[in-house]
Amino acid sequence: MAAVKSNQDETGWTMVLRPRSGWFDINFSELWQYRDLTMLFVRRNFVATYKQTILGPLWFLLQPLLTTLIFTVIFGRIAKIPTDGLPQVLFYLAGIVCWNYFAACLTKTSDTFVANANLFGKVYFPRLSLPIANVVTNLLTFLIQFALFLIFMAYFYLRGSSITPNYLIFLTPLLVLQMAALGLGFGILISSLTTKYRDLMHLVTFGVQLWMYATPVVYPLSQIPVKWQWVYAFNPMTSIIEIFRSAFLGAGTINPWHIGSSVAVTLTILAIGIILFSRIEKTFMDTV
Amino acid sequence: MRDIVIKIENLYKEYRLGTLGSGTLHKDLQSWWAKARGKEDPNSMVITAAGQKRDINERFWALQDITLDVQQGEILGIIGANGAGKSTLLKILSRVTAPTKGTVKVRGRIASLLEVGTGFHPELTGKENVYLNGAILGMTKNEVDRKFTEIVEFAEVEKFIDTPVKRYSSGMYVRLAFAVAAHLEPEILIVDEVLAVGDARFQKKCLGKMEDVGKQGRTILFVSHNMPMIASLCSRAVLLDQGRLIGQGPTTEIIQTYFSRGRISKGEADFSQAARKPGDDTAHLLAARLKNKRGQVTTEFSIDEEIIIEMEYQVIREGARINPNIHINMADGTKAFVASDAVIDNEAILKTKPGRYLARCRIPGNFLNDGTYYIGTALSTMETSKVHFNEKDLLQLTVVDPIEGTVTRGRYVGAIPGIIRPALEWESENLA
Repeated sequence: MAAVKSNQDETGWTMVLRPRSGWFDINFSELWQYRDLTMLFVRRNFVATYKQTILGPLWFLLQPLLTTLIFTVIFGRIAKIPTDGLPQVLFYLAGIVCWNYFAACLTKTSDTFVANANLFGKVYFPRLSLPIANVVTNLLTFLIQFALFLIFMAYFYLRGSSITPNYLIFLTPLLVLQMAALGLGFGILISSLTTKYRDLMHLVTFGVQLWMYATPVVYPLSQIPVKWQWVYAFNPMTSIIEIFRSAFLGAGTINPWHIGSSVAVTLTILAIGIILFSRIEKTFMDTV
Repeated sequence: MRDIVIKIENLYKEYRLGTLGSGTLHKDLQSWWAKARGKEDPNSMVITAAGQKRDINERFWALQDITLDVQQGEILGIIGANGAGKSTLLKILSRVTAPTKGTVKVRGRIASLLEVGTGFHPELTGKENVYLNGAILGMTKNEVDRKFTEIVEFAEVEKFIDTPVKRYSSGMYVRLAFAVAAHLEPEILIVDEVLAVGDARFQKKCLGKMEDVGKQGRTILFVSHNMPMIASLCSRAVLLDQGRLIGQGPTTEIIQTYFSRGRISKGEADFSQAARKPGDDTAHLLAARLKNKRGQVTTEFSIDEEIIIEMEYQVIREGARINPNIHINMADGTKAFVASDAVIDNEAILKTKPGRYLARCRIPGNFLNDGTYYIGTALSTMETSKVHFNEKDLLQLTVVDPIEGTVTRGRYVGAIPGIIRPALEWESENLA
């Protein structure tokens, strides 16, 4: 897509197509005009996911439950990694629910170009609406898993476990937004690079898995020696998960520097992702 | 004068012949490392079959210096041989790809119908697909709401609108997909060959719909190889050749220019009255024809229909062992196959006496794929292997796939690649 001016200019043209120019010409108002399409993609994704599984929506609950069980056995019982004094099940479930959302946003958007080459080659619509739809679809899955987490939390709370939910809970929407932005940013960044380097695709699943172990999901940040904790400032997911645990369970390491760098890294990744995406989308069809 | 709704100025589009980059990070790093040491990039050249090195970054212009105004309300036909740049032009207009140089100014909303059913999802119901497809093509939800009943009626699928489209017959699927597209209300509609599908009755309905759209003052750009259709729909046409615009004007004139530039879209080529007949002092060609089973000369065949190629020739020299053959080419020049009457003990061939002969070759139904084929006729003698005439691309035929009832496609409605599409014998057994 060439540089497009949607507003009527003095000569009365509604659209002017030119060779691609500049680094940043994503048309956000157009993306908004196509919001119906984005929501229909969300619906399509959801219906397709439901209809193609045997267990249907139940799968969204089983996956975090089984992972929590495995983590509890391996990291809790066998490796005996401390969990900031929190019940192990809640500790792991909190981490998994957050990580799942981020990881799903990343992987589901990372093949945007390659998976939709056929569609993109036929008709124009703002390409960003597809990855955004994926992020929204994953949000529904997240809400289901989040509800599961709340149920477990209520159960442990009533049984008198030492969990102390607090006012930080109100930050949850912001945390979700940041995870979405980070997952989307990384996803479209990778999807742009995979148009040129197909071998990156193999790295995604593996990389996301490794990244999880570099994030305090199966261990708390407090277990990391203080002199090495600065390394975690570069991982934006660190502060998100630690704040989430502090908010709902009352234990976690909150470091203002970590929060600052986490937000900064997220915004940078998102900006780079969008810039690269908007460049690639214009010539993508010429390279496949 | 009416308003100009599309103004194309000095438009160029360049493609690289090779792929952009090598496709893997590993090779790009290798190239970069070679350059860093001042050596020749090991990946910049490909070795051709002849052992020569060729630069993979060779470029070519798919469109060169196109300048064109399209007026409001006209149905403009775009014609040209394959590879002339028609599709590239449409892709730029429909914003699928960006131009390399030049500008396109547009007044109003453009919607393109590059292929019907874009984005249909088999698990979604007909209704859900109408909304999704409509949105992909640029309609808002409100617009689809208003048009919904009309779309469903047009597609004749009222009863099944809440059924997932994977249970639709292929005909229903195509009808619904076209109906959505036909009810778009853009100021400018781009249509590329979509009418090649569907049964004849539905095609007629679609054509009627497009004419209506034209009468409503909307502009249509129409690309097709189907010249009769272009002639009946479009008042004006442009001709592209190797990326350049080489003619524009009244449709009939432009179509004539197109044919006079080479290929003939005829079911018959008659040289019997011609002063110079193709051939030599042994034999010459009198006529060649394409016929259907009923003996009618035609250029359009249904995919399951037998194609009869007739070749009439005059043998002049006594005793030549005449061997008629046909050469079937694809639109891009690829040779599909050659067939010849090479049976050794064929009486007629062995004892050819001077006189007029008729050779008839039958291509069975369900053998060629759908698409356009060019038929060349040739005559050679076997014992000294001499070619007497070889008229390339003399006739043109189009194989049409009606989709519904086609034995070689089952429920699949998309394009089926390949030069031929034979109906072969299949056996499947359950071994477990």
